[in-house]
Amino acid sequence: MNDTKTNGVISRRALLGGTAALGVAGASKMTLAESNPDNLPPNVSEWTPYLGAGVDANPYGMPSEYENHVVRRNVEWLTASTESSVNFTPLQDLEGFVTPNGLCFERHHGGVPEVIPSDYRLMINGLVDRELIFTLEDLKRFPQTNKFYFLECAANGGMEWRGAQLNGCQFTFGMVHNVQYTGVKLSDLVRETGLKPNAKWMLAEGGDSAGMNRSVPIEKVLDDCMIAWAMNGEALRPEQGYPARLVVPGWEGNMWVKWIRRLEFGDMPYMAREETSKYTDLMSDGKARMFTWVMDAKSVVTSPSPEKPILQKGVHQLRGLAWSGRGKITRVDVSIDGGKNWKTAELHGPIMEKCLTRFTMPFEWNGEELLVQSRAIDETGYVQPTIQELQNVRGLSSVYHNNSIATWLVNKSGKVDNVRLG
Amino acid sequence: MLDLVKYVSYATIGMALSVSVSQASERVFNLGALATPEEVAGWDIDVRPDGLGAPVGSGNAYDGEEVYLDRCAACHGDFGEGVDAWPVLAGGAGTLDSHDPVKTTGSYWPYASTMYDYIYRAMPFGEAQSLSHDETYQVVAYLLYMNDIIDDEYEVSHENIGSIEMPNQNGFVLPDPRPDVQITDANPCMSNCMVPTQIIGKARDIGVTPEGE
Repeated sequence: MNDTKTNGVISRRALLGGTAALGVAGASKMTLAESNPDNLPPNVSEWTPYLGAGVDANPYGMPSEYENHVVRRNVEWLTASTESSVNFTPLQDLEGFVTPNGLCFERHHGGVPEVIPSDYRLMINGLVDRELIFTLEDLKRFPQTNKFYFLECAANGGMEWRGAQLNGCQFTFGMVHNVQYTGVKLSDLVRETGLKPNAKWMLAEGGDSAGMNRSVPIEKVLDDCMIAWAMNGEALRPEQGYPARLVVPGWEGNMWVKWIRRLEFGDMPYMAREETSKYTDLMSDGKARMFTWVMDAKSVVTSPSPEKPILQKGVHQLRGLAWSGRGKITRVDVSIDGGKNWKTAELHGPIMEKCLTRFTMPFEWNGEELLVQSRAIDETGYVQPTIQELQNVRGLSSVYHNNSIATWLVNKSGKVDNVRLG
Repeated sequence: MLDLVKYVSYATIGMALSVSVSQASERVFNLGALATPEEVAGWDIDVRPDGLGAPVGSGNAYDGEEVYLDRCAACHGDFGEGVDAWPVLAGGAGTLDSHDPVKTTGSYWPYASTMYDYIYRAMPFGEAQSLSHDETYQVVAYLLYMNDIIDDEYEVSHENIGSIEMPNQNGFVLPDPRPDVQITDANPCMSNCMVPTQIIGKARDIGVTPEGE
């Protein structure tokens, strides 16, 4: 590929020269934006003299049209239909630690149901003293709790088990989001129904066309699970479970049943399809691990990344996100030489448990090749592993729980590739 | 008969959580309405490995073939081989420890109850809960028959759905052994680390990433 530069700007033509061969999502955004001199000092910018839109123009505000490349994306070949599929959060374009509601990745198994809130009911049955049905308004009368949590699909990065496959931060790490949930703690809710002494497991069931169901052990139910009806200050988005969903902090996203319609308590796990045939981890001896709920510590460099090439020499801010289902992130190290040497990045608060944590590190780029990695450490002392360390223990047949360190190759033109080291 | 009680203790061992069992000071708000037996019966559709929840009914593979071909085969194929990217339902025996494991109801699913539970609640895709209970038992029977687990006259019913032995029933291990990777007590190597830095693969070369725009 031709690395021709014009006035210090890598030309669009040069970067897109290979078109199909390029294989990076959002590729057209890889150049420095060209400026119109008429809008630059000392001229009066075109938006300055005239009145802009009034307060009635956008009853529900949307991002600037210049940000319309910042969207969820899906991988068409990954699934048989878009109704039972997944799309990915554009982590590379986000700042801070809060994911905007409209950019939270979606994973559903029977499409997004249109639940009518006045007809919404949550049933609690099984090993309880009183089988009860709650309306949405009933739920909102309980003491409420407001908590930030990350939600990560256990299959995040699953396509990368055997090698570097998808060339994007979004496609390899984007099955995670982080919002503030408002809801009622399950420990408060089940006080209303009472629990029989032998109520050891809870089946959570959705009201969607998949009737999504998962078993949750009672210890977790009473520890920090909640039924949420709001995210980031507004009602849950339909694709995130409107009007109510289960929140299972730090545990795999599949358990966070959306459009929740029923909780059943029992004395043994229910062995639903999603906890037997799916979300189990096949080892090389043919045996599979079951009930691998916790999401282990993980991190990713969001910029530079395949979607965020380096466009100019000089100083840059490396940016990334880290999280752990076992508690708080205590440290993130960054390497630019493929893991030989590491420097500790700056963590940006608030640093909360089971929550995305932002990190940054300034670096100087002078046109040399870089192998960029990040390595998270959580408060249990757990260190994010390499893919070789995971493969040595789990083999090559796993789909879920790939929390290994990724490597971005920055080549001499500033272009970035997802690569596998070995 | 399945001994599932052990899972309870496994899960308990696997977690060190502080749970406040005594919540006497917390109050009850008397919210919610008592659910009637009819209301519960309409929504309580799950079927457990011990057969709890299985609705009265039965079906065999001979009858199930017709239901399967009519309601399932368009996606899953006449022989459970899977059309396009839709799930394969039959075969795969002996492949779980190979480089290309084929996980089907026959080769991988540990409980026949899960087949009933899932098919009734979620299948056919986009027509959830449209099969009758007998039709669901028939389809379960046909899938078991396709996987050489029962013959085509065997009646699968609420009485035996919890005791049909599946080939991979003992193929799952508990509890979760993670963290399972050697870690260096939060003091990993910081300089001149001995790590492989040879590039052995590039996603760009695989060519399966969706294009931008």
